[in-house]
Formats: sequence, C-alpha cells, structure tokens
Amino acid sequence: MNNLQRVAYLDHAATTPMVPEAIAVMAEELARTGNASSLHASGRDARRTVEEARELIAERFGARPSEVVFCSGGTEANNLAIKGLYWSRRAQDPARNRIVFSSIEHHALLDPVTWLAKHEGAEIEMTPVDTTGRILIDELRAAVERDPASVSAVTTMWANNEMGTIQPVSEVVGVARAYDIPVHSDAVQAAGYVPLDFAASQLDAMTITAHKLGGPVGVGALLIRRELEATPLLHGGGQERDLRSGTLSVPLIAAFAAAVDVTVGRQAQTVEGIEALRRRLVEGIVRVVPDAIVNGDPEPGPDHRLPNIAHVTFPGCEGDAMLMLLDAQGIECSTGSACAAGVPQPSHVLLAMGYDDVAARGSLRFSLGHTSTEADVDRLLQALPAVHERAQRASLVRGGS
Amino acid sequence: MRVIAAMSGGVDSAVAAARAVDAGHDVTGVHLALSRNPRSYRSGARGCCSIEDAGDARRAADQLGIPFYVWDMGEEFADNVVDDFIAEYTAGRTPNPCLRCNEKIKFAAVLDRALALGFDAVATGHYAQLESAPDGTIEMHRAIDMGKDQSYVLGVLTQEQLAHSLFPLGDTTKDVVRAEAARRGIQVATKPDSHDICFIPDGDNAGWLGEKLGPKPGTIVDEDGTVLREHDGAYAFTIGQRRGLRLGIPADDGKPRFVLDIEPVSGTVTVGSRESLAVDALECIKPLWCGTPPAGSLDCTVQLRAHGDEHRATVHVDPSTGSGQAAVRVELHDPASGIAPGQACVIYDGTRVVGSATISRTARVAVG
Repeated sequence: MNNLQRVAYLDHAATTPMVPEAIAVMAEELARTGNASSLHASGRDARRTVEEARELIAERFGARPSEVVFCSGGTEANNLAIKGLYWSRRAQDPARNRIVFSSIEHHALLDPVTWLAKHEGAEIEMTPVDTTGRILIDELRAAVERDPASVSAVTTMWANNEMGTIQPVSEVVGVARAYDIPVHSDAVQAAGYVPLDFAASQLDAMTITAHKLGGPVGVGALLIRRELEATPLLHGGGQERDLRSGTLSVPLIAAFAAAVDVTVGRQAQTVEGIEALRRRLVEGIVRVVPDAIVNGDPEPGPDHRLPNIAHVTFPGCEGDAMLMLLDAQGIECSTGSACAAGVPQPSHVLLAMGYDDVAARGSLRFSLGHTSTEADVDRLLQALPAVHERAQRASLVRGGS
Repeated sequence: MRVIAAMSGGVDSAVAAARAVDAGHDVTGVHLALSRNPRSYRSGARGCCSIEDAGDARRAADQLGIPFYVWDMGEEFADNVVDDFIAEYTAGRTPNPCLRCNEKIKFAAVLDRALALGFDAVATGHYAQLESAPDGTIEMHRAIDMGKDQSYVLGVLTQEQLAHSLFPLGDTTKDVVRAEAARRGIQVATKPDSHDICFIPDGDNAGWLGEKLGPKPGTIVDEDGTVLREHDGAYAFTIGQRRGLRLGIPADDGKPRFVLDIEPVSGTVTVGSRESLAVDALECIKPLWCGTPPAGSLDCTVQLRAHGDEHRATVHVDPSTGSGQAAVRVELHDPASGIAPGQACVIYDGTRVVGSATISRTARVAVG
C-alpha cells in the first residue's frame, strides 16, 4: 500500500511521509461534517477541533493561539507575510517602499518579492551569502541602516531548503528591531528539525507548513504577532482574524496539529538518529566518489545546519542524469533546484554561494526523514559508483557534441 | 532493450512509445526542451517546446506507466539548428530545420546521451520503416502511409544511427495510429498535427527572420534585370514563391511570376515565369549515406522537399570529391520546379533510402 516500501526515499525535504497519528486523525475528521463557522452543534464541534489544533501548534512553536493563522501552506503563508506587510506598512507611510530579503530564499518568497518590485514599485534589496549559504549579516545591516525609515519589511529564511544552512535569524531581528521594522522568517524547512520558539525569536511573522513535518499537504500557518497589521490576500468570510478568508479545513488542520505534536514531541530523539544517518551518507559518498563535494556548513547543530539535508556536487556530472539513473534503481533524490517546464535550472542558491553554472547543474540534494533507514543510505552508496561513472560519460558526450 | 522514447507531446510519439513498451522494451519517456528559454515558446500546441506539450508528453508517459524526464537540449538546438537556419537564409539558401534536428539533435545529441547513460536505442514517432538486409546492414524504407512518410527528413541518418533507432509507426497509417491512441486512452489522440517550424510557432518565417536579421534592403528584378521594386530583406522570399510578391504591375504576358533566384550578397531577387522555374540538373554537397556509399551512376528516384514528389533521376556520385566541387550530380529525367539551394536531395532505390545530400546549385532547363 505504501509506495515508499519499494524505494529508497531520500527526498524528505520535498515532502515527508505523514505520521500514522496524523493519518488517523485526518481520516476520523473526514468522516465528520461541520463548518467551523456554523453556529449549531456540528459547527461548534468543528470549531473546537480547529481551536484545539491551534492551541497545540501555538504551544509547540512558542506562540500564542491568536498568532496562528491557518492557510494552504508555505507558499500562501510567505505571500501573505511579505505582501501583507509591504502593503500595510506602505499604506501607513508611503516612504516605506523597501524590502530587504536574502538571495537564497525559496521561490515561494523570492517570487512574491520580485512580483512586488515589478507590479507595485517596491524597491527590493537582496542580501548576499557566504560560501556555505549563510547570509552576510553585515551586508544586511548596511542595507537596512542606509535608510531604515524606507524599509517595509525584512525577511530571511530560518534554514535553507537546498543546503540546510541555518540563517542568523536572531541577528537579523536585532538589526531590524532597533528601527521597528517587522521581520519575517520562512521556517518551513526548519520546523521539526531544529527547536523553534516564535516568542523567543522575537520574529514578527514565521511560516510553517504541515507536509514537511509529517502532516498532510495543503495546510500550513503563518504565525504573526497579534498587533501587527497585514493586508489580506483573500477576502471573504473573514476567517482567521480577517487575514485569511475561506472555510477552514478541519481534517487538514487537525492532522497538522497531530503531526506537530508527534514530530516536535520526539524531535530531539529523531534528530539524533537522522544526524547519524547523514554522517553515514556523506562519509559514504566521499568514500565511493572521492571527488564529490559536500556543500553548506559542515558543522552540525541548530546554529549551523539542518540534520537531514546533504547537498553534494559531483564535478563533471549532470545532476539530472544522475537523478534519472538513481530513479531507475528506486533511489529517489532531488537536483535541489527549481524547474522551468520540467527543465532543471541552475540553482539560484548555489549561484548566490559563488558556484558557477556547471557546478550548479552537477549537484544533488539527499534529504532524510523520520522513516529513513541505514538500508536506504546503503542502497544509495551501492548504486552511486556506477551511476556516477555513467553520468560522467554522458556529460563528456555532451561537452564534445 | 533499454529504450528512450522521444515524446513531443503529440499523438505519434505517444503511440510509438506505447508500441515500444508492448514490444517488451524497458522504455523511458523523454521530452526534449529545445528552447533556450523554456517559457518563450509558450503559445499553444503547435511548436514542440511549449509547456503544454511537455505536459501532454508527461500525461502520455503516465498512462503508459513509464518513467518520464525532460532533457534540456536548448543549447545544442540553438547552435546546430536555429543558428544554422539563420545562416542558411542569410546565404540565400532554403534549409530544412527538421532534417538538421534529426541529424544533430534527436539521433546525435540525444542518442549519444542515451547510449552513454546505458540505453540501447531511441524510439520516435517518425513514419519510416527499418529492415535488416541479409548482409546485416539496416535499411530504411518509406512508410506504408505515403501521406505521412517521413523518410525524407530521416535521410541524413547513417548506419550507426539507424542501428540505434526504432520507428514503431512505419508500418501503420495515421488513421490507425489515431484510433490506436484513442483506444489506449491517450489524451492527445485528437491533437492536430504540427506543421510549422517549431521555433517559429506562428508560421511567419519572414517576420521571424526579419527580427533576427534586421532590414537588408534589395531589389526584385525580372529576368531581363529590370527593377520591379525594392524589398526589406531577401530572406522573406523562397524560390518558387508566387504569393506576396506585390509587384504592382503585371508581367508583359499577364501570367503569374515566381521567385527564380535569390542572390544573397546583393539581396537581388529574380522573378519570372513558371517555365523558367524548371530545373533538370542539380549539384549537391555534403552527402550522407545510409549504408555503403554508392559509386558511379545510379538510376533511382529523388525527393527534393518534405512531402514533395518523387522524381526519376540519374545520380552520379564522385567518391573523390575535393572541396568546392559537387560530390553528387543529379540529372532529373523530367524537370522539377521550385527547387532551392539548401534543400536536401534524398535519394531512393524503390522505397529504400540510399542517402542524402544538400543541393548547392540548380541548372535551369534551357528554354528553347
């Protein structure tokens, strides 16, 4: 029944299997009827499920329940955060027209920011990163301090989705707070793998999504401080403190909460196991392919990198050829970059880190999760030498044509 | 065999892939992204590079239960096909980019990559037939469906390439292929055939070339050299063209006029009567043979355009050609018209493709 039983799934950063508890809760809720906005008993039951979920998620992430705004997932939460803050702050003061963001953001943030530049006249300023993929905080500070009154928002992801590199979020907050500039962080990839405390972080808004931590696809949340005004993207029934209209999906929200409960609850223990697996993976890769380069921050720990992502460059190979050959053997990973019409584009993250186009194309992302085993890793290590050799040959053919 | 099925998103390549699966091969579907900027060819289902086409190919692969990937061949395509197309027009010739794509991309860059990655062959939805000859060579023959036969655009393939090619549709008519697609539940069963040059989706070759090359003014003259009008670029004309000449004044005899010749350096376009279009001798360069190169003279048929007529001909092959000389001379038994340098001359022995060469010069029938 489970499609992952026959494959070595090394793409948990794309999406990870739902935890059984979340599946059970979701199935139960799917069988029930009730609109959380209805006034009758069924409606009240649905509302109660939603609010309990909200309280649980808030508690697990160090937020107040009223700060949890449910939505469809990471893309929507990022759009709501950056567009909502930009529109609202600019409406209060037209001088606030700048957005400071990092060069390694996910497209779900990068694209709304560039959209605001193109269609709303926003002035956008990109913070560069070092060779491990961590933003240069001094550059960010300089960008903000050049004219703090003109900044509508600052956004820096918590952990990069391709490299796993953790960003200096508290330092970013430190820079912006001095000028009362709101700070948002996309924590989609970090949630479930590093401790997240919204209140302690002093962030103004933070994005999380269910399907990266054992919940279903299609639900996420923007944690956003109560006193902060943001312009909604969706107008309608006024749900979610008027920030996000639309009938609440009780089954998705309940399953999201169940996943957060389980995953964050046993995070310390899971992470330890995953970190050990990652060590086995990267040590194995450089053993079987000696010229492979493991990218990002080598140091483990919540100030350095996520425990579950290994991003590797194979010089002289094309990542998509390796992906295809591994896929044919039931080993699933990612080229770690965005696609345009199915064509992998060189990753903007690697380019921002100073890699050239060729190196950027010759990379793969392996990501582990709560169901990963030593057998998964060993299957990759066994297949890799032959796959690497073939992909190298294909790349040579191409260079010579 | 492990087979790459090149899937354009159309009916033919989908059914070809399905037949390769039925034949017991281990098939992987591949859609070729041929545009440097994958978003640029977005307009509709006519080109082979639109996002819709990639999606259609993916759906067909899903339905066949085969893996599917997009291969980015944008750079190779731009260098070998698009740039060549522009260069040929600049030189006053009329290239066939589909032939060039088969020669340099589908059965070269794609095939080489497939072989390097451990595959044995590439299957496409082209209408042509492959047969093994008693001596072990592989012969390419015209398709059963003469209306769809594509052996002309495959006439550039060598033994080595044919040995790793599969054309599962060659023994079938298009009607049957469409019915089969419908029966198999392939969504693209009713999708229209593509006709245009894929990188010029609106079909306006002259407009596209005008954008790339800019205005290159010249004159249109009649056969006596009398200037009839100015034009903005000789690339807007092809030999044999009748429509769109906008000559204003009619010919002395009142008959329609056709483009007879294009002189690339001066940009002079010569027009004249239908009779003057007739040619009966061709000189060709860059021959490519499907098997052992023939020597001496050969009584055969030639095809000079995609979906063009067959012409009976005597072909003289000079095996010791130096540069600048014609490698292949073709005497047409009956005159043909509208033949332009740059077009491919594909040589047939019955239904069998012998080889091909690029027309470098034509000789008009002496009008007497």
